[in-house]
Amino acid sequence: MSGKPKLHYCNARGRMETIRWLLAAAGVEFEECFLQTKDDLTKLKKDGSLLFQQVPMVEIDGMKLVQSKAIANYIAAKYNLCGKDIKEKALIDMYVEALADLNELIMMHAFQPADKKEQNLANIVDKATNRYFPVYEKALKDHGQDFLVGNQLSRADVQLLETLLMAEECKPDILAKFPRLQSFKARISNIPAIKKFLQPGSQRKAPTQPEEIPGLMKIFQ
Amino acid sequence: MAGKPKLYYSKGRGRMESIRWLLAAAGVEFEEQFIETREDLQKLQKDGSLLFQQVPLVEIDGMKMVQSRAILSYIAAKYNLYGKDLKERAWIDMYVEGTTDLMGMIMILPFQPADQKENNLALITERAKTRYFPVYEKALKDHGHDYLVGNKLSWADIHVLEAILMTEECKPDILSTFPQLQAFKGRISNVPTIKKFLQPGSQRKPPPDEKYVAAVKKIFNF
Repeated sequence: MSGKPKLHYCNARGRMETIRWLLAAAGVEFEECFLQTKDDLTKLKKDGSLLFQQVPMVEIDGMKLVQSKAIANYIAAKYNLCGKDIKEKALIDMYVEALADLNELIMMHAFQPADKKEQNLANIVDKATNRYFPVYEKALKDHGQDFLVGNQLSRADVQLLETLLMAEECKPDILAKFPRLQSFKARISNIPAIKKFLQPGSQRKAPTQPEEIPGLMKIFQ
Repeated sequence: MAGKPKLYYSKGRGRMESIRWLLAAAGVEFEEQFIETREDLQKLQKDGSLLFQQVPLVEIDGMKMVQSRAILSYIAAKYNLYGKDLKERAWIDMYVEGTTDLMGMIMILPFQPADQKENNLALITERAKTRYFPVYEKALKDHGHDYLVGNKLSWADIHVLEAILMTEECKPDILSTFPQLQAFKGRISNVPTIKKFLQPGSQRKPPPDEKYVAAVKKIFNF
């Protein structure tokens, strides 16, 4: 019985991946219990572990936390990734909520029917390059600091890196017009805890492949 | 130049309503500027007010805040509606995320094709009765307190009341099997600031009607 947080989810990125990133960036070791069949999920539901009958669920500090945003908020606050005061937190939260919107678009891409994929990808690229990335590029340019908010690492930096990498998986040259984001990406990737997470063999999950989707859908039917 | 928060949104509930509830419950007076045409929205987009080109926008404490959850978290923390420590905050966040999911389903209902309406309504009812309301009912029953978290009014209580009233608009007898929630509804509705917000003439917005739906589609181009 370890004191480590325990993550309950399928063996995929989905709505758990941001949580994995935050724990890893905070240098917190964690265990994972993968749902592989519908029965695995049913079992968790039946034993009362899932407040709203849904995963992600993270056992941490004696609680069974659900709702990915609630979980991420708890971890970020606990490990001081939320800025130094309520106003820094406000800016971090704005950045993070927008990244979650973009992340959601990218996450859902794998689940789009084949005839909608091209249009969906175009939408992702459009939103990333016209709505979201310019904001972070400008922020970094305006203050010239290494981190997005308050001159120290926050969840905004971790989540931005996560999203940049996922966006590059969609379109490898997506950062072509964003020099500050390119150097940000390199800089944050080099933070020891994050560098470790980016290495093969870490608990970071791979993008969901089309052939995995039927198996994943079966769990949640 | 007032120090009051200023809300920019269309003249309806949408993603701004929970913010109106929270400010009202906290006893904070606020102003509203309504977006009535596509040009109104474009003006805001062009003058750099909207960080991600989207509303809601709330001008508060010298900031132009966007992203409804960010705004709500800021208000909750500022007005001591976010629990006393990280663990209470976690419970509040969990409860609020649940009601956000439920209210999200109700919010989009008028914007979905008419032939799906009956199915969607059935799903809302099912989720409310089997997934969400039982959680709050049990929480109240288990601790026997007046409020959901920490024996004190929090964002969770305000959000759950909002969700209850919104769900009752879909199905008036939805609380019939939830006695604790019925009492909770009565109790929280009587909190003076909330009671005031529930009275006619307040800044609370009515459920969307066809006219509002048409206007929103035009303004936001979908």
